Amino acid sequence: MIITKQKDIEEIYDMIKPYSKILVAGCDGCCQPPRSINEAKVLAQMLELKARSEGKELKWRAITVLRQCDDRIAATTIRPFIEEYDAIVSLACGLGVGMLNKIFPTILTFPAQNSMFGGAEINGENYFAEYCETCGDCLLGVTGGICPMAGCAKNLSNGPCGGQVEGKCEVGGYIHDCAWVKMWERLKQFNRLDLFTIYRPPRNYQLWSSPRFLHIYEPISNEEEQKKEEKV
Amino acid sequence: MPNRPAFSNLVKTIREGKFVFTGELEPEKDFDLKHVLHSAEEMKKTGKIIAANVTDGPQGDAYTCSMVPCYLVQEKVGLEAIWQMTVRDRNRIALFGDILGGAILGLKNLLALTGDHSALGDHQNARAVYDLDSTQLIELISKMVDEGTDLEGNEIQGGKPQLNVGCAANPNSNPREPEILKVGRKVEVGADFIQTQTSFDVDDAKEFLKELERFNIPVLLGLFPIKNYGIAWYFNEYIPGVSVPKDFLDALKATKKIKDKKEKYAAIDKINLEFYEPFIKEIKKTTKAAGIHCMAVHYERLFGPLLKDF
Repeated sequence: MIITKQKDIEEIYDMIKPYSKILVAGCDGCCQPPRSINEAKVLAQMLELKARSEGKELKWRAITVLRQCDDRIAATTIRPFIEEYDAIVSLACGLGVGMLNKIFPTILTFPAQNSMFGGAEINGENYFAEYCETCGDCLLGVTGGICPMAGCAKNLSNGPCGGQVEGKCEVGGYIHDCAWVKMWERLKQFNRLDLFTIYRPPRNYQLWSSPRFLHIYEPISNEEEQKKEEKV
Repeated sequence: MPNRPAFSNLVKTIREGKFVFTGELEPEKDFDLKHVLHSAEEMKKTGKIIAANVTDGPQGDAYTCSMVPCYLVQEKVGLEAIWQMTVRDRNRIALFGDILGGAILGLKNLLALTGDHSALGDHQNARAVYDLDSTQLIELISKMVDEGTDLEGNEIQGGKPQLNVGCAANPNSNPREPEILKVGRKVEVGADFIQTQTSFDVDDAKEFLKELERFNIPVLLGLFPIKNYGIAWYFNEYIPGVSVPKDFLDALKATKKIKDKKEKYAAIDKINLEFYEPFIKEIKKTTKAAGIHCMAVHYERLFGPLLKDF
């Protein structure tokens, strides 16, 4: 899931200040903590109060979208309201904000969230940890399932560095686990220190360079389609 | 022993079987490097320090680069430099360019380091680079020095740079096994020598040196003579994994009461000499260490008396 943190109300208000009619869109997708219809309403009311305190009227509607990062779902959910409003505030992660700006080119969509990382929820207590940096070249198969990109502050391929003390990392005040010590413990447990010992050459960071695109199935062009039909 | 020629006086002397001493210089946020050159001169005067490390933004702080002070120390003072280079601030392209530039300036030793994270320094919002790690930096240098190419195999025009490369190892590491395995990788890709972090425990240091013997490359054990109680206290309190022995710490604390500067300096020097002289003798006598890396930054006056018998 994508872990987000709401921006300060002042920052959001500053973005929508020039507009008087806003559509506040929550997202029911993987964005965590939840940013759905209730959160959208609360945010809209706070923005309205803020506007009133400056002597302005703010008209709003709160809605939610099943997944803002799916163009068809987002378009069908939001399109009926577009004409009535002059700006959108999205409570989704950056993917949702980017998507709404793309599919509704005539209206600006502003972010209400800072997108933090792709995270996993621990103990069901609204505590999230980063297990993957989507680097495009997964090493988990040789690291005992512990990611040196997401888990190591220095993204080392050949750790640990000298900054680990009793298995804790120098970054963040020796609170967080050193991914490389964890990796060593886990591989030792399975008698696989051969994987730890091996030298890993410099990584291919082209795989991690934005913007990234992926086409799972190559689309078949009309010409190819026609040829197929002719053959039949 | 690695097959690479000894390009530097440091590696040459170690290979001759001599027990060597290296010092440490720390350029800070300096436009004027007088104090660095002065320290280097003091080290040179002792006749015992064979080379001096020049740090590269320690603690993640933005300091004067390491390459220029290295060059000036060699040119103006005539003391060989050990050029510390971290992978924190430069990607493989910048590292390659700098290494080549430094080699053109006549630098002969490079100590490949990861570097303290920028989140610990004075520009905490900086984007740390870490394109390569320190092991991969050693591979880059090996390619440049041994094969005359960059990482992608593109040839360097006009000859191969002549550098010996060192790596770090931490005797305070706990757990120790992953540290040892990591050093193994660094040796595998071409490290010529090891300089360790500071140790305050002679038995622990001996054990660590014993464990490093399997790699069959020269090791310089790091020691840190301390010039006042404040530094010792800071080390003990704030450098995790390092504990300054209580007797040593208490002795330094007692010097705080001494009013007369000369008397105070003499007392501090005496404490350091009593602690480090037998320490070094023990290491020299009972281990295969190639020497001592003495990190007495701004404490050059100790070098003469400390090293007179070595």
